[in-house]
Amino acid sequence: MNFGNLPRGAVRMITTLAAAAALAVAPQALSAQDATEAAVSAPATEQVEAAPEDAAATDAVAATDAYTPLGSEWIKGQPVDKGITFQEQYSKDGKFALWMHDAILLPIITVICLFVLGLLLWVVVKFNRRANAVPSKTTHNTFIEVVWTLVPVLILVGIAVPSITLLARQYESPPADAVTVKATGYQWYWGYTYPDNGGFEVISNMLTKEQADANGEPHQLAVDNRLVLPANTPIRLQTTAADVIHAFAIPSLWFKLDAVPGRLNERMLTIEEPGIYYGQCSELCGARHGYMPIAIEALPRAQWEAWVRSQGGTVGGEAEEAAPAAATEAAVPAATDAEAEPIAAPAA
Amino acid sequence: MATTAENFQAHTDDHGGHDADHKPAFFARWFMSTNHKDIGTLYLIFAICAGIIGGFISGIMRMELAAPGIQYLGYWVELMGGEAAFDANLHMWNVLITAHGLIMVFFMVMPAMIGGFGNWFVPLMIGAPDMAFPRMNNISFWLTVAGFSSLMFSTFVPGGTGIGAGTGWTVYAPLSTTGSTGPAVDFAIFSLHLAGAASIMGAINFITTIFNMRAPGMTLHKMPLFVWSVLVTAFLLLLALPVLAAAITMLLTDRNFGTTFFDPAGGGDPVLYQHLFWFFGHPEVYIMILPGFGMISQIVATFSRKPVFGYLGMAYAMVAIGVVGFVVWAHHMYTTGLDVNTKMYFTAATMVIAVPTGVKIFSWIATMWGGSLEFKSPLVWSMGFIFLFTVGGVTGVVLANGGVDDVLHDTYYVVAHFHYVLSMGAVFSLFAGFYYWFPKMSGKMHSEFLAHLHFWGFFIGVNVIFFPQHFLGMDGMPRRIPDYPDAYAYFNNISSIGYMIMAASMVIFFVNLAYAFLAGKKAGDNPWGEGATTLEWTLSSPPPYHQFETLPVIEDHHDYHDHRPATA
Repeated sequence: MNFGNLPRGAVRMITTLAAAAALAVAPQALSAQDATEAAVSAPATEQVEAAPEDAAATDAVAATDAYTPLGSEWIKGQPVDKGITFQEQYSKDGKFALWMHDAILLPIITVICLFVLGLLLWVVVKFNRRANAVPSKTTHNTFIEVVWTLVPVLILVGIAVPSITLLARQYESPPADAVTVKATGYQWYWGYTYPDNGGFEVISNMLTKEQADANGEPHQLAVDNRLVLPANTPIRLQTTAADVIHAFAIPSLWFKLDAVPGRLNERMLTIEEPGIYYGQCSELCGARHGYMPIAIEALPRAQWEAWVRSQGGTVGGEAEEAAPAAATEAAVPAATDAEAEPIAAPAA
Repeated sequence: MATTAENFQAHTDDHGGHDADHKPAFFARWFMSTNHKDIGTLYLIFAICAGIIGGFISGIMRMELAAPGIQYLGYWVELMGGEAAFDANLHMWNVLITAHGLIMVFFMVMPAMIGGFGNWFVPLMIGAPDMAFPRMNNISFWLTVAGFSSLMFSTFVPGGTGIGAGTGWTVYAPLSTTGSTGPAVDFAIFSLHLAGAASIMGAINFITTIFNMRAPGMTLHKMPLFVWSVLVTAFLLLLALPVLAAAITMLLTDRNFGTTFFDPAGGGDPVLYQHLFWFFGHPEVYIMILPGFGMISQIVATFSRKPVFGYLGMAYAMVAIGVVGFVVWAHHMYTTGLDVNTKMYFTAATMVIAVPTGVKIFSWIATMWGGSLEFKSPLVWSMGFIFLFTVGGVTGVVLANGGVDDVLHDTYYVVAHFHYVLSMGAVFSLFAGFYYWFPKMSGKMHSEFLAHLHFWGFFIGVNVIFFPQHFLGMDGMPRRIPDYPDAYAYFNNISSIGYMIMAASMVIFFVNLAYAFLAGKKAGDNPWGEGATTLEWTLSSPPPYHQFETLPVIEDHHDYHDHRPATA
């Protein structure tokens, strides 16, 4: 009964084909880039072979302790060309929610639509004027009225059970050692602050179509500085905004949380595997609303820590003595000032 | 419904001799009108004009979205007198989506349903000579026109990054306050004030008329379901619109007088605006669909030659939808940072609405069951309505789940959902009602062939537009963006092709109108036969300028829609 599997199979095939195509193109793309970048990409290309498969790739990344930005072959969460269903899910809640949609909601709504359509067609065939010249005068039937009130109630109760379960799971509190990241929406770019790692902020702007094409990334989604996060680690993701309301959304992680000025919204997020996951601002925020994408780069923990240090940040116990000022200066343009600091409001 | 053409003859002699009818001269008749039928006609003409503009704007949007990249926005900016630049062009996109939404909701669907058909047929169906407050009726209409003018004017003045108000129809703060400088948003807000005031006055008028001006014997439980639907709608309007008025007034003072209702810097909260807006906004979607429910009930019964199945259930299902509609608003705000208990409540409450809605769908089918269906255009549109509204309804059940909505919120899945219930639900019922009552209103018969052709073109067109948008939404495409990653190109292109099919079918509609007025056959008192039992079919087509000078009497034993002892 799992209707979702049909398109999903196709989707998986397309993804694999796309990955293969990316592989074929990769060398040419590389040659166009400058020497340093080519050097950085070199280890990545080795991993490409294993990339779409499984954890083997993860180990390959983990082996190197230094930070290397993931190449386009690591793109996992992105819209699928001609896709007719949800993106593949890379978080536990996302997988559960997807199951709920594919195994419960979609079959139910499909059956209801077909049932109503069937009844309408039946009526057309059986009760047209030629087939049934004398109309009946029936206007009541208590039994059937009770049935068509109670059966929908039961169906809805059936939907409500997993639905409430899903909500409860999505609102689980992050553990104390979760990595905290604050995503701030600006008109029209994102800023990512790591308050527990020295408080540096990374500013993330959309790449132009030409830049994105050169990187082998999808335009309207590719950014200059990604939100770098550790994979397989609970993340306390907070959102707020400096000017108008924005929304932080990553479809492949089943995650969407509004970034509201004056509020600090918080939700736990765990990304199950390293990769690149794209999303877009999902609340109308003015002219360039369609031009402030979100790109998450999930790395193995060791690599992520290396990245944090490369940004001048600190990891774990180092936090106290660290002076994040230098890093902040480098990464943050004029945008952050006292005003941008949200007034804390209990969010959840 | 409560009486039949055969047994009700009290006023038949009104028809012939009274053609003089003391109609005022042209200007007085159409610009100072206090006649419910003339005001209804004005509303319908107004709604058609607004619909053409709103539909044209959606054409511009589909044209832009047909392929990735920004193609035409600069052209429209220059056409509107602005200077094309990157931000100004993108701002134009936001102006388009804002105008499309506001026009279609406030100046097309609402005026057509309540102002047009409500004004025309509520007094006729309850056997009243006119509305309770004819002069208030007049000012309701002209305030709507003034509101529309204000909205149109707003598109020519600065609104921040470009000309016009680019806030979305929801006018969320702070984008609509600190986020949009210039007078455009003020004019858009003022437009909502005017349209809202017009609707509140209309609602007062309908409630008073229905409660006090029913003909002798027309008890509440004998009222045609269309009258029931307008009654429930009027209560929703009366309770919801003042909240909108309050919210947008706060926007105005935040914008112009230094208040900080929605500004955290002064202790306000942007999410408060969303609560206020959706406390109005959710009943608003039922305001747009309930009169449609009423029309579909009349039409299905007429062309099945069978009384409505489960009349009382149908009436109270609408009441239930209206009541529950007031306690589900925050399902529009699942991602704003609500706490988990709030989300669970709104998930459960929202799903409850599916129950009375299901009762209505099944009752319509049961009305047809055992009937003697004649597939005239109004019935065909109604059957289209029933199916497409079901499709839109079930995606509503998906979206009702707060956890699932996390990925679908503000994507094209939502766009597809609400267009299935509005531009297929509300609009299909509007066309069904239009073809049903056009002969009564104009005295001319439209072409049934063209009406069927219109149906099929429109049916195929809107499905091609909106069904693929479910796919786009599930694949993650956000709403309200003028450009998108290439992966979304395929279904956006198909969607734009659908628009052209739909637009072509609308040409047929206008050809049909022209045909009816130029060469249409004269319509008899009751062109639809014995199934049409409500009072308007006992009058001439068009009805006399003043009807029911002698009130019709609805007698108990003719009440055949309900075989049980009278419950009222």
